[in-house]
Parts: sequence; structure tokens; C-alpha cells
Amino acid sequence: MENAAFLSWMAWTWPTAAFFLFIFLCLVGMSVWEYYSPGGTPRHGILGLDTTRGDRLFISLLGSAFIFLAWLGLVGTPLWGPLAIALVYAFAVFKWV
Amino acid sequence: MNKTVNQKAWFFVLPVVLLVAFNAIIPLMTVVNFSVQETFGDNMFFWAGVRWFEQVLQSDRFHAALGRQILFTAIVLLIEIPLGLAIALTMPRKGPWVSVCLVLMALPLLIPWNVVGAMWNIFALPDIGLLGRLINGLGIEYNYTRQIFSAWFTMVLMDVWHWTSLVVLLCYAGLVSIPDAYYQAAKVDGARPWAVFRYIQLPKLKYVLTIAILLRFMDSFMIYTEAVVLTGGGPGNATTFLSIDLQKIALGQFDLGPAGAMSIIYFLIILFFSWLFYTLMMKDEAR
Amino acid sequence: MKRVPWLVPTLYILFLLLPIYWLVNMSFKTTNEILGSFTLWPRNFTLDNYVKIFTDPTWYNGYINSITYVLINMVLSIVVALPAAYAFSRYRFLGDKHLFFWLLTNRMAPAAVFALPFLQLYSAVGLFDTPIAVALAHTLFNIPLAVWILEGFMSGVPKELDETAYVDGYSFWGFFFKIFVPTIAAGIGVAAFFCFMFSWVELLLAKTLTSVAAKPIAATMTRTASTSGYELGLLAAAGTLTIVPGAIVIYFVRNYIAKGFALGRV
Repeated sequence: MENAAFLSWMAWTWPTAAFFLFIFLCLVGMSVWEYYSPGGTPRHGILGLDTTRGDRLFISLLGSAFIFLAWLGLVGTPLWGPLAIALVYAFAVFKWV
Repeated sequence: MNKTVNQKAWFFVLPVVLLVAFNAIIPLMTVVNFSVQETFGDNMFFWAGVRWFEQVLQSDRFHAALGRQILFTAIVLLIEIPLGLAIALTMPRKGPWVSVCLVLMALPLLIPWNVVGAMWNIFALPDIGLLGRLINGLGIEYNYTRQIFSAWFTMVLMDVWHWTSLVVLLCYAGLVSIPDAYYQAAKVDGARPWAVFRYIQLPKLKYVLTIAILLRFMDSFMIYTEAVVLTGGGPGNATTFLSIDLQKIALGQFDLGPAGAMSIIYFLIILFFSWLFYTLMMKDEAR
Repeated sequence: MKRVPWLVPTLYILFLLLPIYWLVNMSFKTTNEILGSFTLWPRNFTLDNYVKIFTDPTWYNGYINSITYVLINMVLSIVVALPAAYAFSRYRFLGDKHLFFWLLTNRMAPAAVFALPFLQLYSAVGLFDTPIAVALAHTLFNIPLAVWILEGFMSGVPKELDETAYVDGYSFWGFFFKIFVPTIAAGIGVAAFFCFMFSWVELLLAKTLTSVAAKPIAATMTRTASTSGYELGLLAAAGTLTIVPGAIVIYFVRNYIAKGFALGRV
């Protein structure tokens, strides 16, 4: 009862729950990967930054967020376009940055 | 210092992580949940998708608030950083006056923010405030509750008053860490004051200046209490900065959806700049 | 030209002191004098405003509430930050750098973003309108601050200290409390001061999370400003009293102020 009241004000929805689960699984996955096969010293990428895998995940996620925001501000609702751009961007970040 | 790898160190940071997560992650999740739903009160929520994001990002109101915020932050940084640097360079390095300077300069930093606002409110009142009386006495019409320019002038002056000392103290801390031998060597070489500044002081100051810009950028970008107490966002919406606008939507109108969407956009902007400055800072620190 | 250097700091300090002087000046005036005339110093010097604050419970309770949550917050922040700062300064572990950055983002996050969810969160756990709610909410930015400052001080202590203690037969916690904590006592003092200060100056969260029972002094002031019209003298006196705690201890931390505001990074 207490728990139900505690959760109802947070107004959970399935899509947002899935989103946070995805972020959480990303973090867990990256940690496990790093633990069993360490990424080693940071890499010097094309932006002139020294990044580890975790940094690249952060840059991918934050950049993707801004891609979606820019699309929403400039174009509008169907979000398949920015999704494709974000995936390409994330791939590029992991490959070269 | 070379550190040993020890995964058990996680137990030491666990209390911090739990407490901060309680305060940071639960509210953040709630804001995300609000931002994709519509509510008519009574905890009744309806799925709204990304409509609020679209609405906020395309609304003139948000653009105006963001524009004002960027303008304010830019003005404040352009005044406070050079002024703070100049004051730090002219401050005495030795003797009894050092403590006096440090204590008096730090005073504004320790005053509750709403008191800062109230203090400037009283100080700048056109009829009974010293500043207002003085400016009007010079023959310039000044009333910060009616004129947009006066309101901005007072707001910027208040922020300069409140926070320039932070830049001064940071730069001063950087300057006193330069060994005397450097200055003596420069003297022997007959270096001019400008050369001393450019080649001895500025390189040492680069790191503290990065921190000063980071802190001043962030804090001016989040300005709320002082501004609300001073002008309440007025006249009209002339000094409604991002935080003030957000509070008007969230607590004033109780529009949880748009407020949630705006919070997330605001938060992402802050997150980006935090990361940018942090990366720059750590690059300097590694050197 | 030689005279110019000291002129700049002097003028700046004068500029800093003017609004403060005006506030203090107002606090010693009667309402009639404030509204009726423009005087550079109080003609009818009065302590009535201060007497009112110290005798009216709605006023002095505000101070008591503020000091209560500030102290709870300070102790809590330092206690949990100490081991964490030690871990950051001595060990490398999975995700340490990202954790450190995440802490920083909480110092930078705008309080306005969190105000409403905080209200609901603390109502849901039944802490609304208690000093504990405000103390916990302020840990959002004070714990990161304390961790960063303490880490800065701890990194200055050579690791040999730890190793010698273990050789001498100290257990970890014995070493931590008997040797390490006294060594960085100055750092703990500085961190405590800044936790106190940032909790003291913050109003938005403190005001949102309280209504009557735990109302902080700052919120009492805003209420007076809006409802009872022009009681400027009283407002000025209350404002002056909020400056006092900072002014008293500032001398002791004068050399660490830059360090504290820069999260221990100077």
C-alpha cells in the first residue's frame, strides 16, 4: 500500500520505464565489459579528447539527446529521422572519437 | 599520486551514491515521466508523447527566456571575469591588508541569496534607496520596476556585486602560488609589466580562470532567487530568466507536462556545459 | 601612477560595502523615518526592529529552523563524504571518474528543475515541512561539494602515512579515525564551513519543502515583504541578522574561500 502510493506520484509509463531500463542496462553492460575485458588507457580521438569507453557512451547519449531536441524544434513529430541520425552518430563516436 | 586499483572502494562511496541518487535520480525520473504525459490533477495522467517537447521547443516564450538567459550570462561573464582579474592583480600580496581585503571581499558570497535580492531592492528604490536616489539625482530617469533598461542595469550590477569576488579570490589564489623567484628573474631580464602578465601570470591563471568561468557560467545560468526578489521577472517579462519561467509554469500554473519538458531541455544544456568545462578542467589539471 | 594599484581594490570594497551599509542603516530606522525622509544615517536611532525579531516567535523560529536544517545537513554531508573522498583520493575503481563527474553535475543542476518533484518526493515519504527534508534535499549539492573539497585536501596527504600506520599495526578504521581524520582536520573544517554556507544561502528548495512548522528565516522574510507592505525596517534587520553567521566565521576560512567555491580544485 505504502509502496503503491509512493510509486503513483511518480506517474510511471511503460515507455519511460523502458527508457530508464535501457540506460541502466547500458551502464551494467559497460561495467561488466570493462570488468572482464578492460578497455585500457584512454584513446586520443579525432576531437583531440582522451576518451575511455564510458566517456564515449556518455558522449553518444548526450549527443543523441540533442539530435532529438533539434529535430523536434526544427522539424516535428515523426522521430524516425533523428533515430537514424543518432544511431549513425553513436556508431561514429564509438569508432573515431 | 599513483593509486591502487581496489574495487572494494565502492563500499566507501556507496552511502554518497545512495543519498545523491535518492535526491537526483528519483526526481529526474519523475520529471521525465511528467514530460510525456498530460494531467488534469488528481494524479490522472494521459500519454502525450513528445508533444510538450515540440511545443516548448517551438514556442516563442521559451526562445525569449532562453535568449534573455544567454544575454544575461554573456554580459555578466564579460564584466566579472576581466574585472575580477584586474582587482586580483592589483591586490596586495603581503602584509596586514591581505586579510582585510579577503574578508571584506568574501562577504557578499556568504549572504543568503534572497537577502541579496532584498538588499538591492532597498538599495535601488528610486525614492528611498541610495542608488536610485543617486542616479535620479544625476538627472537620469531610473526606476527598475518600470523601465526595462533600469531593471537589467540593476540586475547586472547586483550580480557583479554578488559574484565578482569569487573571480577575484580564485585569481588571487592562482597568483600567490607563483614563486617569488619567477618575478625576480623577470626583473633581472628587465621584463615589462605586460610581459610579466602575459608570460608568467596568465599561464598560471589559466586553470583558475577555467574554473571561474565554469562556476560563473553555471550559477548565472541558474539565477533564480536574487532575480525573483529583486524584480519578480518584470517589468512585464523583461527579466524572466529560464529558472523563473520554469517556476512560473511548474508551481504557478501547475502545467506539469510543459514544465517537465522544459526542465529536461534545461538540464541537458547544463549537462553539456558541465561536461565541456569538466573536460577542459581535467586536461589542465593533468598538466 | 604608483598610487593606482591600491585604489582599485579600495574602490571595489567600497562598492561592496555600500549596499550592506544601506541595509544596516535601514534596520536602525523607524518606519516613519524610512518612508518620510531620505537620510544617510539613522536620525532616530532605534533597536525596535531587532527587539521585535527576538521576541516574536514567527521571527526567531525562522532562525531556529534554518540553523536546525543547516546543521543536520552539515553533519550528514561530512559523515558520508569522508569515506567517499578517501576512496577517490587513494583508489582507482570501476567508474570512478564518471562517478566524480556525476557528483559535479549535481552541484551544477538548477534547483528550479528539482523543486516540484522534491515537493512530491518528500511528501510521499512523509517528511514534508520538517527540517530533515530540507537537510536531505540540500545534500544534493553539499555532498558533492564536501567530497570534492575533502578529496582535494586528502590528495595532499602522502600515501606513506597510510602505509606506516598499517606497519605499526593499526586496523583500517583505527588508522582512519585516530590518524587520518586529525591530519586533515583543517580540510574537514573548511568543508563543513562550505556545507553550512551553501545550505544557509539557498532558499528555493528550503521554501518549497516547508510550509509552517519548519519555515526557514529566508521564507519568513519573503512573506513579510509581500503581505505586510512596507515594513522595510524589520526586513532590513532580519536581513542584517542573516549576514552575521557568515561574517563571524569568515576570518577563519579566509585563505580557503577560493578553494571552497572552486570545489577544492585550486
